[in-house]
Amino acid sequence: MIQYKEVSKRFADGTLAVNDFSLVIPAHKTIVLVGSSGCGKTTLLRMVNRMTTPTKGSIEIDGEDIAGVDPVALRRRIGYVMQNSGLLPHRTVTENIATVPTLQGMGKAEARALAMEMMDVVGLERSLSDRYPSQLSGGQQQRVGVARGLATDPNILLMDEPFGAVDPIVRSELQRELLRIQSELGKTIVFVTHDIDEAFLLGDKVVILEKTAKIAQQGTPEEILENPASEFVAEFVGANRGKRHLTIVENDNSSDRFVLVDGLGRPAGVLELSASQRAGSDVQLKQPKANSVSKARSVSNKTVQAGDA
Amino acid sequence: MDFIIQALGYIFDPVNYLGENAILPRLADHLIYTGLSLFIALVVAIPLGLFIGHTGRGKNFAVAATSSFRAVPTFGLLLFIVLLNGLGLWPLVAVLVILAVPPLLAGIYSGIQAVSRSTIYSARAIGMTEFQILSKVEVPLAIPLMLGGLRNATLQVIATATIAAYVGLGGLGRFIIEGLALHNFVLALVGALLVMMLALVIDLSLAGIQKLVTPPGVATVLTRKATDKQPKILAKIAQEREG
Amino acid sequence: MEWLWENREMVMGLLIQHVGLSVVPIIASLLVSVPLARIARRYRSLRGLLLGAFGLLFTIPSLALFVTLPAFLGTKILDPLNVVVALTIYGVAIMVRGTADAFDSVPNDVLDSASAVGYSPGSRFWRVELPLAGPVILANLRVVSVTTVSLLSVGALIGNGGLGYLFTNGYQRAFPTEIIIGVVLTLLVALIFDQILLAIGRIVMPWDRNTRSPESSIQPDLFAEAAH
Repeated sequence: MIQYKEVSKRFADGTLAVNDFSLVIPAHKTIVLVGSSGCGKTTLLRMVNRMTTPTKGSIEIDGEDIAGVDPVALRRRIGYVMQNSGLLPHRTVTENIATVPTLQGMGKAEARALAMEMMDVVGLERSLSDRYPSQLSGGQQQRVGVARGLATDPNILLMDEPFGAVDPIVRSELQRELLRIQSELGKTIVFVTHDIDEAFLLGDKVVILEKTAKIAQQGTPEEILENPASEFVAEFVGANRGKRHLTIVENDNSSDRFVLVDGLGRPAGVLELSASQRAGSDVQLKQPKANSVSKARSVSNKTVQAGDA
Repeated sequence: MDFIIQALGYIFDPVNYLGENAILPRLADHLIYTGLSLFIALVVAIPLGLFIGHTGRGKNFAVAATSSFRAVPTFGLLLFIVLLNGLGLWPLVAVLVILAVPPLLAGIYSGIQAVSRSTIYSARAIGMTEFQILSKVEVPLAIPLMLGGLRNATLQVIATATIAAYVGLGGLGRFIIEGLALHNFVLALVGALLVMMLALVIDLSLAGIQKLVTPPGVATVLTRKATDKQPKILAKIAQEREG
Repeated sequence: MEWLWENREMVMGLLIQHVGLSVVPIIASLLVSVPLARIARRYRSLRGLLLGAFGLLFTIPSLALFVTLPAFLGTKILDPLNVVVALTIYGVAIMVRGTADAFDSVPNDVLDSASAVGYSPGSRFWRVELPLAGPVILANLRVVSVTTVSLLSVGALIGNGGLGYLFTNGYQRAFPTEIIIGVVLTLLVALIFDQILLAIGRIVMPWDRNTRSPESSIQPDLFAEAAH
């Protein structure tokens, strides 16, 4: 568990990045901090491993104030993954993955074996083990970054826009991979992104931030979509427009499949009702008219539109 | 061209190798001046350069100092110091050290500065100590540029040690100065060719070492462009580190 | 100071000689290295050879080059041409790499679009390529200028050192003041040359920030030190 207690951060140049921020992050969950650039989300993340020190307030991990912990020791027990991987260019894949274990005195052979295991975990071919980062694709580099973050088997994994610099196809691949890894390992993940789709896809809980890290809303993706706390949130998640605002197109062949269109009128997916849903349907479908769009019910559902996430 | 052939004949005649004013003793002198000065210069420049490179402190001063030092006429500096301190090994070495430090310093700190800030940031974030960042990340990545600085310093020192013959010190420059004084052009050429060969051999060896120790997979990492493309976030980090 | 006043005519003569002997190599370096760099850009295979050859020339200690050139040029040892040619060789050695890099830094799509809007190859070079490479070329030329002015004094050993004569003369007469005066005047010449180059840059390339702030990011290779 990570707990922010009335934390503020003012940079040396006077900029107020975080203002009186409090949050409890439960263990073994993925928490996504999401907001536009400059909202202080990255600063919040960096406070956890003391890459940044709050000017006010405190942060506790499992009840222990981290201000009293040696930063180097703290960082070694927290996994960290950043954009552009931050790998050491003069070290091979396995050497990079095993950097921290090696620093802690693990022998060469053991470190390599560990690195190989981690490669399996993140879905990297073992044949890449002796490559240098510059010889890898962007997606592969990020996988190595994740493997390095997991190498010490930390309880906490900090992820700072880790998939921000790769192309959309690779990004969605990496996102699915992270979901799989998390379902197996159950780490406490703090994930920072400016992409609301990514936040809804990955987060057990999503925290939407405004300027100076003011919490606009926190909750599960469903809660936020169902009941945006403010105009800002509604606008930010796009619940009332565009591709998140889905409506059902009536069909006249009385099947259980309905085509959904988004706010721009583009087909976005298919809604299929199970028999029981059909029976006790609270979806009151009006008498269909050919080719017309009904407003029977707006569906805001991330599983329906997951295909384009 | 005749002169060149005569000079080469002199150089490759073993008769001229040993003896009081022969090639080998003067070569040895030249190497001693060069080696000794570079050693002392390295002792001074390495800690200083690593400090400036790692912390970024005093960088502006170092840049200004090293680039304006180019303008100082080394010949005048040499004669001035020898004139004040008298003839001998140490005044000469002092001058050579003064000349060698700026290029060494420039190589070391700019080598470290050229390492991508995000690489260093991430090394710190995963729990490397400052010393580990320096020794395991910055220095290995900076070594090619550091050796570039060493090559420049070496050339500088070899060249200035040649001129030192003018004030009566040994070294291969003696042949040139004596040749000029005696209007013996062949003898001057002997000295010139020997110095050229020495500089060339040493520079090429250093270039070879430079190739050898360049960490695999980083040839492109060290270009200036790589450091320019840093995410904006890192500017913030830099800001904070200075604050 | 008294000495300087008494010998003002000699010093003035040396100063003029110093300026004259260093201006020629500086201009020559520019005129030689620009076409060489263009060739290096055009013919990739020649590039390594060309840069390598000048790299080797750059390793030659100045005094050695001064006394070797007569054997190749057929000049007398005291001929000022030796010093001028030697300094030009160093100047080109410094400039050719920097200038080649400068041309490389001109984006290909800019050149393509220049051709596409109708520049002939010749006018494209003069109006697009050269102006865009200009700031980096100027930065390198400044290094050459400073290096040349400082290096010339070694020429005093073969009778063509400009202010370097004050070094040898001061040393022989055991008169340190004379050497100091020589050093200061040499620095002064270097400084004035640098300011002139900056001024020319501002006039010819008014769009370039680099000519305004010397601490810009596109500085010439720090390692193109005066190695002699």
